[in-house]
Parts: sequence; C-alpha cells; structure tokens
Amino acid sequence: MTDKDKPPLKKKHTKEQTERVIPKRQPKPLRSGQSIVPRETVAGTALVFVIAIMTFLACLTLGAVSMVKDSAAKWQNDISREVTIQIRPFDDLEMEQAIRDASQIALAFDGVSKVTALNDKETARLLEPWLGAGLQLDELPVPRLLTVTLNDGKRPDFEEMRKQLEEKVPGSTLDDHRTWVDRLTTMALTMVAIGTSVFLLMMAATITTVIFATRGAMAGNKDVVDVLHFVGADSRFISREFQNHFLIMGLKGATCGAVGAIILFIVLGLWSSSSLATPEGDQISALFGTFALSWSGYFWMIVVLIVVAFLTALTSSFTVRRQVNNLQNYRKN
Amino acid sequence: MISFENVGLRYGIGREVLSDLSFQVAPNSFQFLTGPSGAGKTSLLRLMLLSLSPTRGLVKVFGKEAASIKPEQMPIIRRKIGVVFQDFRLLDHLTTYENVALPLQVRGKMEQDYRQDVRDLLDWVGLGDRMHVHPPVLSGGEKQRAAIARALIDQPDVLLADEPTGNVDPPLARRILRLFIELHRSGTSVVIATHDLSLMDQYDARRLVLNSGRLQIYD
Repeated sequence: MTDKDKPPLKKKHTKEQTERVIPKRQPKPLRSGQSIVPRETVAGTALVFVIAIMTFLACLTLGAVSMVKDSAAKWQNDISREVTIQIRPFDDLEMEQAIRDASQIALAFDGVSKVTALNDKETARLLEPWLGAGLQLDELPVPRLLTVTLNDGKRPDFEEMRKQLEEKVPGSTLDDHRTWVDRLTTMALTMVAIGTSVFLLMMAATITTVIFATRGAMAGNKDVVDVLHFVGADSRFISREFQNHFLIMGLKGATCGAVGAIILFIVLGLWSSSSLATPEGDQISALFGTFALSWSGYFWMIVVLIVVAFLTALTSSFTVRRQVNNLQNYRKN
Repeated sequence: MISFENVGLRYGIGREVLSDLSFQVAPNSFQFLTGPSGAGKTSLLRLMLLSLSPTRGLVKVFGKEAASIKPEQMPIIRRKIGVVFQDFRLLDHLTTYENVALPLQVRGKMEQDYRQDVRDLLDWVGLGDRMHVHPPVLSGGEKQRAAIARALIDQPDVLLADEPTGNVDPPLARRILRLFIELHRSGTSVVIATHDLSLMDQYDARRLVLNSGRLQIYD
C-alpha cells in the first residue's frame, strides 16, 4: 500500500496548520449555514402560517373579551356612582326649600361628594321628548330631580338617608338604582363569562392546532432524528436542537399573529376616536366605549404570543424525546 | 466485542428470518457477511447495531448484555459503532462536509479541531472537490463514499457496513476495501455485508455466510 492509498486516519493537525491551509483550499463555503434541523421545509412554512393565524384569532378574541370586560365595568361604575332623589310637588310644598333640605340631608352622609339639582331648564329638556318644547314647569306638577354623586369606593347608608328624607322632606323618594345596578352587574358578568369561555375555547383550539401542526412538521424530520441517533447524539442534544428550531418558528408565527391583532386594535381605536361625532362612531362607542384596548389587553396578547411559541417548542421537544426514547430503548426495537 | 448466542429473529407472526445464530465479532477482527439477497444480512446488521432486538437468544455488545443496556447508555454504545447504511442516510440540507462532520459535531467537538481531519478524509475518498455540495447533487457512488467517510470519521471500535461498495466502480471499490483494511489494522473491528464475491476474493478474511436464516462461518 502506497502513502496515497493510506487513509488519513489518526492524522492530527495543529491549529496553525489548519488556519494556514484553509484559505488556499476553500474556494466555496464548507458549511451551508443550516442548523442540524432543516429550516426551509414546506411543513415548517405551513406550521408558521398556522401558528400566525391561530395566534391572530386568539388575540382578537382576547382583545374583544378585554374590551367587553372594561366596558361592562365602566357602565357598572358609572351608574353606581350616582343616586337620584325625586321630590314630587304638593299643593303646599315649597319646592325650593324642599330641594335645599334634601341636599343638606344627602350631603351630611359620608361618601356623598356633591348634590346637583336639575334646574327648570334641564328638567324641561329632559321631558321634551314626551311633552314637547316650550314647557312651563310652573303649570305642571312635575317632580324635581337631584343627582347625588358618590365618592369612589364609598357607599353611604342609603336606608338611613331614605328614612331621613321621608321624615323631613315629604313627597321625596330615593332611587339608588339598585335594580339597574344588579341587572347590569348580572349582564356584565354574563358577558365576561361568555367572552372568557369563548377565549378559553379559542386557546384550546389554538393549542390543539399548534400541537398537531408541530407534530405534523416533526414527522418530516423523522429521518433527521434517526441519523442523529445513529451517529451517537443523545436525546438531550437532539431535543435541544429541535426545541430551539421550533421555538424560533413558533416565535415567528406567534409574533406575526399577535402583532397583526395589535395593529388591528390600534387602527380600530384610531378610527373610532376619529369618528366620535358620526352616527357610526356613536353607535360603536355606546357599545364598546372608545374602542380602546387597555394596556392589560395588550399585555395579555404578548402573553398569548409567548405561550404559543413555548408550546410549539415544548411539543417538538416532547415528540422528539419520545421518538429518541423509542430508538434508545432496546427492548422496544 | 459483539457476541450472539442462539439468536433467532422473526417479524410479527411470520417464520424466523434468522435462526440459532451463534458467533462473535472479536476485537480487531475483519469479516465479510455474505449470502444471497433476502438472506437476512441487513437484519443481522441491525441486530448488531441494536436497532432490532431478537425474538430469542442473547446478544452482548462490548461485554454488556444488550437487554440490560439502559436508554441513556445507548448513545455511548452508538459512538463506538460506525455504520454505513445501504441507503446512505445523508441529510440533504447539509453539505457533504457537514454530513461527514456530524458525528463529531454531536459529540460537542469544536469545528476548528476537526475541520482538517474531515477535509483530509473527504480528499481521500475522492470527494475533496465535492465537500461543499449537498447530497441531492451527488451521484450514488459519491453518496456511498460520503456515508463511509461519516462512519469512519471518529474511528469507531466496530464498523458495520451494509453493501458499502454497491454503488461504486471496481477501482474505487478496491480503494474503499483498502480503507477498511487500514481501519482494521488501526484497531477497528470491521463487518462488511456484501454479496460481491470479487470484493471478498481480494482480501483473505473470515466469512459469515447466511443462507435461509442460518449462519455458516468460514474462518
């Protein structure tokens, strides 16, 4: 056997020799720049697409639920921050004195910030849809309304207030809007519960789709796992390679979906605020407030993004570990 | 190094494809595994590679009973066994260089430490000018040589080669055989599954002949 025929085994080179030789003998790159797990595959591209769509839908649902929750809380808060005192006129009742008395009684209670009596003009405007314009209140026995504004987080003793008003201001009644508040609370809680259920179903669908899409993409990499195993890679090395690769894919898809949803909410918010004076804008703001998503809404969208990306990575890691464990388990072969 | 005692193998509920196999692959030995097509050469190689477990009998690898090897110990065993698959099993998205360097990469070695060794080995198997291309553009013979280089790069204790000269011309087949002989001389046990009689005639070595699932040994 000549030297030429001898294989170059056990031949070691110093670092200096390697560096000296390579520039002369390396006309093209030896490395493709690819990771061990192939990047550009049809299944991989489809997976990114599926993740993007599902994350987008999940974020839309989350944003809608967040807006409904915020709006419901706002309605509830607005209506529960005011109570009304109504004074019915009698023949011998001095209305202005009765209004002053009622105001003093209300203001004496802890938790009341101010009392505003609707003046004749405001009362007339309130009744205009039913009784027409140019109404003379002196000619009609129209009850007068006092709006009692409450401090945030404090509720006065309404029973005691009602009792004192009945004693000291005849013909007065206190409406604390409890019936409306209870109805609104029930409606708001129902809407939030329905929205949360829809979001949870959406997340379940997203998780299931991402898991199956990831497993589908993993199926195309079975040969890669086999080869890595037969050249001596341990399960930790193989699962780490796949986990990193699929984490990047998950992040790509989920970022596209979440950023798409965030942009959509920002655009709708801008459109809503720019069309406040129009009939469409009024309709939308009646239902959704200003159509503005709160910071917590955006925060939870980022959480969805991260969850989806990590879920993709974990699914790939779990799938590849199971495959490698089957290969490594001699009894199962 | 590898020993079989009364090993039998059947797939599913069919008849035994390998029966009562008892032999040893000794350290620093060289043997051809031969027999007609369908005789069970690839199945026997898979049993030696531990990618199949026998239906009956005892298989020992590096002094350990195969059935007692824990999953986490399997990569360490695999690193001692080089394998050349009949269908090459090269990764199409990696270059020839990267494919050959893969066993070293998964062992955590730094590229600057093995770059020259990989280049030298690829030069020797005649792929010096093809190391930057991807397997889909290699010919069958070139893929074969890349697969052989990958099996040899970390100088395993045992080399199992399934039809390693099946896709190459006679001069290159002789050269590859000389590579295996040289590897054997450097301390590696070599098992070459082949039905190429002319290849076996070029080197006087032990022959394991499979016929109808039974093994005859010609030392």
